[in-house]
Amino acid sequence: MSFTIRLRRPLNIWVLLAVLIVLLLGTPIYTVLFGLLPGPGPNWSHMVKYLLADYVVNSILLVVGTGLLTLLWGVPSAWFVSTLEFRGRRFWEWILILPLSIPTYIMAFTYAGIFDYTGPLQSIIRNSTGLNLASYLDIMNLPGVMVVMSLALFPYVYVICRAAFLTRYRSLIEASQVLGASSSRSFFKVILPVARPALVAGVTLVVMEVLNDYGAVKYFGVPTFTTGIFRSWFSYEDPQGAIYLSSLLLLFVFLAILFEKYQRGGARYDSQVPVERPLPRKKPSGWMSPVVVCSCAIPAVLGFIVPVLQLIWWSIQSFDSIGYSKLGSMVSNSFLLACAAAAFCVGIAVILIFATRLRNSRWLQSAVRLSTMGYAVPGAVIAVGVLIPLLFLDKLWIHLMSGWNIQVGLLLTGTVFGLLFAYSVRFLAVAFNPIESGFQRVGKSLHEVAATLGVKPWRILHRINIPLLRGALLSAGLLVFIDVLKELPLTLILRPFNFNTLATRAFELATDELVAAAAVPSLVIILTGVVPIHLLNILITKQKWL
Amino acid sequence: MKFALKILIVGGLLVGCAPEKSSQETSQESTPSTSVNVYTHRHYESDQQLFERFEEVTGIEVNVINASADELINRMELEGEASPADVLITVDAGRLHRAKEKGLLQVADSEILEANVPAKFRDPEKHWFGITYRARIIAYSLDRVDPTTITTYETLTEPQWANKVLIRSSSNIYNQSLLASIIASQGTSQAKSWASGVKENMAREPKGNDRDQVKAVAAGLGDVAVLNTYYIGKLLDSDDQEEVGAGESIGIIFPNQEGRGTHVNISGVAMAKYAPNPENALKFIEFLSSDEAQMVFAETNFEYPVKPGVAWAPLLTSWGEFNTDTLNLALLGKHNKEAVMIFDEVGWK
Repeated sequence: MSFTIRLRRPLNIWVLLAVLIVLLLGTPIYTVLFGLLPGPGPNWSHMVKYLLADYVVNSILLVVGTGLLTLLWGVPSAWFVSTLEFRGRRFWEWILILPLSIPTYIMAFTYAGIFDYTGPLQSIIRNSTGLNLASYLDIMNLPGVMVVMSLALFPYVYVICRAAFLTRYRSLIEASQVLGASSSRSFFKVILPVARPALVAGVTLVVMEVLNDYGAVKYFGVPTFTTGIFRSWFSYEDPQGAIYLSSLLLLFVFLAILFEKYQRGGARYDSQVPVERPLPRKKPSGWMSPVVVCSCAIPAVLGFIVPVLQLIWWSIQSFDSIGYSKLGSMVSNSFLLACAAAAFCVGIAVILIFATRLRNSRWLQSAVRLSTMGYAVPGAVIAVGVLIPLLFLDKLWIHLMSGWNIQVGLLLTGTVFGLLFAYSVRFLAVAFNPIESGFQRVGKSLHEVAATLGVKPWRILHRINIPLLRGALLSAGLLVFIDVLKELPLTLILRPFNFNTLATRAFELATDELVAAAAVPSLVIILTGVVPIHLLNILITKQKWL
Repeated sequence: MKFALKILIVGGLLVGCAPEKSSQETSQESTPSTSVNVYTHRHYESDQQLFERFEEVTGIEVNVINASADELINRMELEGEASPADVLITVDAGRLHRAKEKGLLQVADSEILEANVPAKFRDPEKHWFGITYRARIIAYSLDRVDPTTITTYETLTEPQWANKVLIRSSSNIYNQSLLASIIASQGTSQAKSWASGVKENMAREPKGNDRDQVKAVAAGLGDVAVLNTYYIGKLLDSDDQEEVGAGESIGIIFPNQEGRGTHVNISGVAMAKYAPNPENALKFIEFLSSDEAQMVFAETNFEYPVKPGVAWAPLLTSWGEFNTDTLNLALLGKHNKEAVMIFDEVGWK
């Protein structure tokens, strides 16, 4: 008991900092959640009567369908590339991460383009056989969105599972194999039950991405909850209704996460023993070989190779009609913004997690957890939540200055700083999860030893945690980097004047129905994303992740 | 030491991002009269060229933010008096009307504008002005449809078109405006039965964009489609031969020529209520209505220029003159919400 007291005394500065961050970062989320209090607004009954059922059913089906498909694409492939040796393993291992660099809306536009009447598939069939398959090859429907989204999002599951198989569950895998279990037996009987946190972590990210998507579902004509939010906000001119729907969505996600935690109970899945030797890989048996190759090749080809080939084809087609002069500034804007956001998110996540370690209080933990919920809220809604506090500060500043008779403009709103703040709100979850599990893996013992020796928290963080967490920090940063590169709604609405990123340009061209012209910036996004993804891959294979 | 280095790197990155911000701030604050800040929903390449041309001619720097009109209006509302926006550009009259209702616009008093923009394409109270207009027309399959059988939007609800009508989602502003125009001219119950009739005749659930509706006609999924004129121009102008083929497989009809005229909507411009650079804003708006700018709109984007006497794109000329709906465009904004509710009630997704 005296031990805990000792630990607590000098730590208030960290807790204070964490509380400050939670308050600041949480403002947009609390703004949204407070929308529940005044009730749903005047159009609620209309919405319930005509639309809500459709939205709820579609959203649930979409979440479940996409979630299951990402498991199908992500888990077996992760298992095979981590435990077996087969032809092309290294290649597939790498390609399987790359769909991460393709924004969902670009994936949707690309696949719609491939399958539509004037697209390559139908054109080739029609021109060679005269058959018109238009009514059979329509992918613009609910199952179509599920497949397209799952192809863009399965790497979240793949990356996390693969990292887990390579590191945390290695000793279990080895033990089961030493005891004579076959690959499939050790997967189904040993690993699948314990890998639940990894699966849940991956699928949670997928679900949140699915829930905040607007571009793909709108284009494919599948109305979801997000559609309702925008309809209420802009078509009914009822922002209250939009915020009410957003907060319902948020509440739903929060409850789902809590339920999972509760159901998991106090069970711990982490093996504390770091294993340094490489896992011995077996060759798949005869009939397994094609299964193994297909499980890796199908998601990799459909998720990356096919869409990239289509984008390359469009780029060639529209090569002459594109203004390249601005491409350089777009690349540098995108790159710098993504780097800065990654640094922000990682820094904030470290402070928050470290503070919850120092003070093990339930309310702090819940507050911290809540401030990572921005990931599930549609970007446009977060944008409003972000504008409100920023403008409040700006107006305060203008008011103060006018007291001195000084005329000033907006200081925060419409600046890179405002944008970074918004990204932090939105992508904290992405940095938070790997860093949190990194902290869990490091364990508390070193920290406690240092604390009993009277080492100050700052030095503990600096000398013990950060060096041990280097891999996790870098992985978290890279994930945020890739996400910001693809980010759209926040960038569109909060960016400064004359500020274009690759994503905003690709989107503008695509919404002007110039999909072919959008291919060039899209390809550059993908190329820019491939480098950090490659780094991420090295981190995972060297087992510095999680 | 290493840690300090990392902080330095991060700091460097932040500074690397910053110049965009500071250059913009200085241009805004220290020399307020040499720039104009534009919030625009239009993000065509041709607009960018025009903005550069304006800078060349006047020496006034054009600062731009592109986003959807809804979001831009929302942002202006939140920014209030502190808003840096001088000019708002939208792609429909309804949104301009909404901005005006919210008190975000101011009167732009200019003889040039009144001379260049015909009365039917501007706000009677001078709050906003059209720069181009687009017609929402009916496209039909040249192979399968006799064009004399379609004369009005109302034709689409007749039983002969069951499972043959292609039109995009009701979240689309152009459909909302079309229905709003029907509400304004024929009343709510007529509008509702029109929407429900079209819904009954749809060849498939509404999805995709306007181009996709043409492609679906070409594919034989339906026989008639409702879409805006300039998308056909863009299809025919495409780099992809298959798309050109799809564009060539359809003919177009300007509906309701005998009655109220074909539904048109404008892309329009307005001066923001709290514009920090009102003189520049006015110059900018006047420039958009000038012959030079109007010609660019007409040539590159297949839109109809509002200014009388400016030549149309050859494709538009080949379609000929037509009667436009004379409805006051502000009514599109006024009936917008009601239109959306009707869409919901009849189940038009």
